[in-house]
Amino acid sequence: MFTYTIWILLIPFFLFILIGFWGNKFKPVVSGIVGSAGLFTSWILSIYTAYKYFFVVGKVDDVYQQIIGYNTLWLQFTDTLQIHMGVLIDPISVMMLIVVTTVSLMAHIYSTGYLKGEKGFMRFYASLSLFTFAMLGLVVATNIFQMYIFWELVGVSSYLLIGFYYERPSAVAASKKAFIVTRFADLGFLIGILLLSYYTGTFDFLALTSPAGPAIATPPAATFMGMSVLTWALILIFMGGAGKSAMFPLHIWLPDAMEGPTPVSALIHAATMVVAGVYLVARLFPVYVTEPVALQVVAWVGAFSSLFAAVIACTQYDIKRVLAYSTMSQIGYMMCALGVSGMGGHEGLGYMASMFHLFTHAFFKALLFLCAGAIIHAVHSNYMYEMGGLRKFLPITHLTFLIACLAIAGIPPFAGFFSKDEILVAAYHHDTALFAIEYIVAGLTAFYMFRLYFGIFWGKKQDYHHTPHEAPLSMTIPLMFLALGAMFAGFVPFSHLVTSDRAMFEIETEWIVAIPSIAIAVIGIAVAYVMYLKPTEIPKKIAHALQGFYTAAYNKFYIDQVYLFITKKIIFNHISRPIAWFDRHIVDGSMNGLSYVTNQASDRIKGFQSGQLQQYAMVFVSGAVALALVFIYLWT
Amino acid sequence: MFEGVPLTWFLVLSTIMFFIGVYGFLVRKNLITMLMSIELILNSVCINFVAFNKILFPDHMEGMFFTIFIIAVAAAEASVAIAIIINIYRRIVNIDVEKMNEMKY
Amino acid sequence: MFLLFSAVIVIFSILTVTSRRILRAATFLLFVLVSTAGLYFLLKYNFLAAIQLIVYAGGIVVLIIFSILLTSHIAEKLPTAGLMKKWPSALVALIGAALCITVILQYNFPGSLGDTSLVSVTEIGNSLINYEKYGYALPFEVISVLLLAAMIGAIVLAKKRKD
Repeated sequence: MFTYTIWILLIPFFLFILIGFWGNKFKPVVSGIVGSAGLFTSWILSIYTAYKYFFVVGKVDDVYQQIIGYNTLWLQFTDTLQIHMGVLIDPISVMMLIVVTTVSLMAHIYSTGYLKGEKGFMRFYASLSLFTFAMLGLVVATNIFQMYIFWELVGVSSYLLIGFYYERPSAVAASKKAFIVTRFADLGFLIGILLLSYYTGTFDFLALTSPAGPAIATPPAATFMGMSVLTWALILIFMGGAGKSAMFPLHIWLPDAMEGPTPVSALIHAATMVVAGVYLVARLFPVYVTEPVALQVVAWVGAFSSLFAAVIACTQYDIKRVLAYSTMSQIGYMMCALGVSGMGGHEGLGYMASMFHLFTHAFFKALLFLCAGAIIHAVHSNYMYEMGGLRKFLPITHLTFLIACLAIAGIPPFAGFFSKDEILVAAYHHDTALFAIEYIVAGLTAFYMFRLYFGIFWGKKQDYHHTPHEAPLSMTIPLMFLALGAMFAGFVPFSHLVTSDRAMFEIETEWIVAIPSIAIAVIGIAVAYVMYLKPTEIPKKIAHALQGFYTAAYNKFYIDQVYLFITKKIIFNHISRPIAWFDRHIVDGSMNGLSYVTNQASDRIKGFQSGQLQQYAMVFVSGAVALALVFIYLWT
Repeated sequence: MFEGVPLTWFLVLSTIMFFIGVYGFLVRKNLITMLMSIELILNSVCINFVAFNKILFPDHMEGMFFTIFIIAVAAAEASVAIAIIINIYRRIVNIDVEKMNEMKY
Repeated sequence: MFLLFSAVIVIFSILTVTSRRILRAATFLLFVLVSTAGLYFLLKYNFLAAIQLIVYAGGIVVLIIFSILLTSHIAEKLPTAGLMKKWPSALVALIGAALCITVILQYNFPGSLGDTSLVSVTEIGNSLINYEKYGYALPFEVISVLLLAAMIGAIVLAKKRKD
């Protein structure tokens, strides 16, 4: 019944082929229109699927079913080792279908205005379609191997899109960095997949996560260094997810990925690709719940990353970098929420909160990035200190940016309040330390977002070379649509739709957590108001007072330098160089030696074919005499 | 005066002549002298055939006919060999066998 | 008689392969061939001996002498082969000869030359065209074709080319 869902994936794929190969035969704007139209179709199909799944097919025994929409056998190695390709319809996959297609559609429409006149317009749309296809394939994967394949494909698309301005060395370096870091994380992911599937005997998600399945009912008994293999597998799989979702310490690629065009940042590095790690943990959540150690790892990595990123974001001046660290921080929230969750009913509040936050975050983060794009488009600079007083020039952008900032800060009735509040409630009931960290981060979030807001739209008006003008309609329509989402997405009754065991439960606002969270958000906004509404000396005085810490935070705590040190001084010098020496001298040397020996041998032997008739005759006669001797006397 | 010559004497004679021919073939540098050594070898074989025929099978004539044919073949072969030698002499004014080593490595 | 012939054959063949002047080598070869014909006369193969004298001694040696005159300076001394060539060849030849002679002497050959009848030319002629058993019609025809081919080949090979 849901077989048509394969078309949601295939339309972007065919768009990729179409625009990629024949895009430059037409005018650039044709690629944009074709891409957007195709994606609009996918969007309508996703909404129809959601409607059908949640409301028409509905629940069976009060539980939403996991339906396989489409499944084919792709590779079969043995009876047990099989890889399928298919579409799994499940509450979280349907939710992600809507998120991905919506934000992708907004990015497609936005790019027709943002990248107008750019060389490579067609290449951009082809890569965007490829990315959409890969991300959709990832979220509807029926088995972990299919997810891995699309995981890598998403990484490739990200590489293509970050390095879109390939003539800029910084962009090329950033795309390489993103790909290498995520690829390194995927090493852990692959090992985790292999461990998991070896010990449970299956790749399939339905089998892995079913309560009667080989992972949960009869977990493998093997242990390694004190922890069961399943824990190791889950932690390694989380390592892959951490790389893709920019968790500490694999986060270094995300700020540099801002070298790509802004629609790319909005689509990939805010709303969709970076949440792939969260989605992975959510997908395997029933297995994670049986291993508390793995969940602890997830929770603490998430919490630490959100604090780390929030502190750095307070010191950055580049708009997109601030937003990148903000993304890292919010994803830390989602991971932490998953980590504090249990399974079933109210225990699974963290799971529901995490997915809810993913949903609302997609809207307001994409909105923030697209607004940043509009601002950059107007001012031609990324840096906050070159902006100020823009509220008169960019009214629509101003309004939508304000809505997004209020949403991310967690002010009711905007979307972010509901989702963030549920995360805080889940943390509060589980672990007070994590709750404290996330609470502080909430305040910091409000502070740095409004620092950004006031710095751009209020502050001192700069002398602009040419008056900034509002973005064209193709760019403002997505802004307005996403702003509507940011305002009203919070009212979606998520606990009826997406929960850990797919049965609904009721939630009510716990004012004991809600009031302090609103309070700290308001305090953050107030501090930012005081410091940044008009240019003041307060920021400088605080920076001076916290000097060492401020410099460290401004330089992103020197993590990049640590990585560079490790790779250049240690790995290159002590590992790569000896291996290269070995390869050149010993491996190549033995091959060369073999050929040298052969050459020398043939040089010596070639004398036999000297062309001298009498030598041949001599050999012949001696051979005949010798043979006669042997056969007459020596043969027994 | 010629009765009682045992067969072995004939065979020994032909063997000696054969190996003298072989030695000559391997040692001589001039192509024509090599050809002469080949004629020696052929002759020794002829003696061998005739001796066997006369002493072991006096009523038959196979050995003698074989020898006749060997002589015919040797004549043909010598003529062709001389033709080749003359051809070589025309190309390189030299019939030293050590100089003819083109078919080598 | 036999011993005389054998001595002549052996001595002159050694001289053929070791002589330093080509024409002398050809002459020594002639003597060897004539002695072989003598051996055939001894064995009462008169026809064969005649053929040997006509074809071998008269034809081939003359041919060789002609070619010697065409291709080399008959007065100059032939260079002998170096030691590297002589000793291994001599060794091989000696070993081979020793081997063969040993084998021959060890075997009891039954016969010796007795008084035998002359083979008449009529018999030979009859056998040559006899196509039944013990007849040599086929080899005869084949040999004639071979001689034809050799003639043509020799002419073609030794022809002067127009270039």
